[in-house]
Amino acid sequence: MADTSINKISQYLTFRVGDEVFALDVSQVREVLDLITITKVPRSPEFMRGVINVRGSVVPVVDLRLKFGLSKTENSMDTRIIVMDLFLDGENTIIGALADSVHEVMELDVSQIEPPPKIGMRWRTEFIRGIGKHDGQFIIILDIDRVFTSEELVIAEPEEPIKSEEL
Amino acid sequence: MNPQTVYKEEAYELLSELESALLELEEIPEDAGVIGRVFRALHTIKGSGAMFGFDDIASFTHEIETAFDLVRDGKIVASKELINLGLAARDQIRAMLEASEGKEGADNVKSQEIIAEICKLISEEQKVKTMQSAKCKVQSDSTSHFSLLTFHLFFRPASEIFHSGTNPLFLIRELRGLGECQIRALTHAIPMLDDIDPEACYLAWEITIKTAQSVNAVRDVFIFVEDKSELRIKTADKKDTQESHDAVSETPPAPIPDESGKQKPEKRVKSDPTSSIRVPAVKLDSLVNLVGELVTVQARLSRKASMTKDGELLSISEEVERLTVSLRDNTMNIRMLPIDTTFGNFRRLVRDLSAELGKEVILVTDGGETELDKTLIEKLHDPMVHIIRNAIDHGIEKPRVRESLEKAGEGIISLSAFHSGVNVLIRICDDGAGLDPSAIRAKAVERGLILPDARLSEQEIFSLIFTPGLTTSERITEVSGRGVGMDVVRRAIESLRGSVEIESEKGKRTCITLRLPLTLAIIDGLLIRVADSCFVLPLPVVEECVELRGKDLTMVRSRSIMNFRGRAVPYLNLRQLFMIEGAAPDIEQVVVAESKNTKVGLGVDRVEGQHQTVIKSMNKVYRDAEYISGATILGDGTVALILDVPKLTRLAENKDQDVIRHGR
Repeated sequence: MADTSINKISQYLTFRVGDEVFALDVSQVREVLDLITITKVPRSPEFMRGVINVRGSVVPVVDLRLKFGLSKTENSMDTRIIVMDLFLDGENTIIGALADSVHEVMELDVSQIEPPPKIGMRWRTEFIRGIGKHDGQFIIILDIDRVFTSEELVIAEPEEPIKSEEL
Repeated sequence: MNPQTVYKEEAYELLSELESALLELEEIPEDAGVIGRVFRALHTIKGSGAMFGFDDIASFTHEIETAFDLVRDGKIVASKELINLGLAARDQIRAMLEASEGKEGADNVKSQEIIAEICKLISEEQKVKTMQSAKCKVQSDSTSHFSLLTFHLFFRPASEIFHSGTNPLFLIRELRGLGECQIRALTHAIPMLDDIDPEACYLAWEITIKTAQSVNAVRDVFIFVEDKSELRIKTADKKDTQESHDAVSETPPAPIPDESGKQKPEKRVKSDPTSSIRVPAVKLDSLVNLVGELVTVQARLSRKASMTKDGELLSISEEVERLTVSLRDNTMNIRMLPIDTTFGNFRRLVRDLSAELGKEVILVTDGGETELDKTLIEKLHDPMVHIIRNAIDHGIEKPRVRESLEKAGEGIISLSAFHSGVNVLIRICDDGAGLDPSAIRAKAVERGLILPDARLSEQEIFSLIFTPGLTTSERITEVSGRGVGMDVVRRAIESLRGSVEIESEKGKRTCITLRLPLTLAIIDGLLIRVADSCFVLPLPVVEECVELRGKDLTMVRSRSIMNFRGRAVPYLNLRQLFMIEGAAPDIEQVVVAESKNTKVGLGVDRVEGQHQTVIKSMNKVYRDAEYISGATILGDGTVALILDVPKLTRLAENKDQDVIRHGR
């Protein structure tokens, strides 16, 4: 009995990217950091914003806006880095995600979550675990492991050839 | 760890010591020091074996020990047969140890055989020897074997003797087994009841013993406790008045006149220079991590202190820096071991394998004192075994073939290790048949690995042997030829962030070089800056920093070549290479770095200075960024990337090729 009740109500961290509110299962969230200096890794794709120091570990940071096809995240007072525990390629990895703002941790009952509609979505449904309803608002619950599947993260070679005036 | 595990660990170590001593003895059969090492290893295995309940090992070892005792006493010589038996016995003991771990292996019949052979050998040898000594000269060693000798012993065990599980009474009982004893216990050191530490030993003994045994035999009773105890042995016959320094427990046992000539001097040295303590590797790892964190904090402190201009704080911070550096170096040093131990293991491999394959091979080693991180050494063992096996099996020819080729009958395999900049190079060379590029090529074509008309350099052809499934051996032997091996070698070395290179001359030699990083978790780095980004270059690759300005700078930038001490050195601008935005400064610093014997000038905005760099691994999402070997955390908490200079150079080369391809 106890098990089912745990399954029924889960806690989610909600955050905003662009004008959409997303949610993550809190068990995958390590911590939320204020924006700190991000060290860019040269010649890596733009959505890979670089690396930061999280308690002595070097953690890569991904720009969720770029990942979701929006413009690059502008630094603001509300910008946060969500440090997540992910399971990629059979390994646990820590990755930071840049979000426009982080809202709250809330509880959602299974009954409040619906499967994503097949059509009419801006986001590809395979990355979405479900749609939660909270205070009359729709919240997109991400399948964050899928969003960060390793193929999506592999650094691509810079696409355009090096311009001659740079040389 | 329970005592059995400790014993086993110790026994494995002793077995390798025994092995290397036996092999040395083979070369210099008369050397008393080496015989002593053999004997001591056997004796310790036996003694502590009995103590920890490995009775089979103890009784077996006892027989072997007896044989080498005779060698020590000069009664038999360390013949080739005896050494063979010694090595066989060593393997047998190992098998017994493994059997006790649940692996199958020990085989009583074999033990019996070895013992029987040893007994046979001893009786034959002794006959020869007695005849010889009768003929040639009177053996000077032991008058003791013909008459009873009297020794006076004074024995005061260390007060903490019980901690090591030794009961001094057992020692005395063992002594009584040697002959008639008069024993007097000295009780005056026992304190009042209140002050007694129940775990301490307060007793000492005076013993007079009449025995047919030599002073060595008497001394051997105390072999395990000798280092920590006060032990004096005097022969009663010589009224030698060694002044009795009564309770100076620090003094090593007084040298014994006359018989001492036969003693190995190092045996009496109180603290063995190699005395050591056993520490689980995990503890070391966590120490290394802590030092890593300390280094990071210290960098912050230095930074803060240099900003405040507070003289006292500055001097404290400098002091902390000095201490941290030496703490770091010491900690790293703890993990470093000379590669000699591994080289020693291969001596046996070469000996056995060449005998098995009917080849004559000498192993030459060089640079055994080169130190490498312990984990590296462990991981190197298997790949090196592969390479050496290949060298003996495929490389070195049979003696007859060698003679027809006008080579010396004995093949030579040389192992050498040395430092080269930030790397350690381990080179395994043989003077055998070498690699035949056309044969490898043909095999590769046959396997469809390359196209028949592929144009490959010799180097590229040689590197084909690292491809899985490719072997040039015609037949599959027990040793090699299945085509696994070299690809395993390469994978193993690459997992250690190293690389493998092959050179070969057909019919003459093959050289395989393993290039390994020192793999320290902390390195000395040079902190450089381009725009807002900081990077670290490993200090050992940095040769010099020069400043370029004005016309020189324009020249260098336009031609990508700089003049460094009269030599043309390629120049790379990091700002361009990394596509960092912003205008380049008017004055540029160029760091001249050298790696793999090629120099390169790296143009940067500013050289910030030396930085103790704690290497943090990069997340695998950045695995494609090969030119970054890791990251580190700077004093202000931000991250700087560590650059891999050779890969950076390669990146630049590829970039140039791209440009050519894009029709520049």
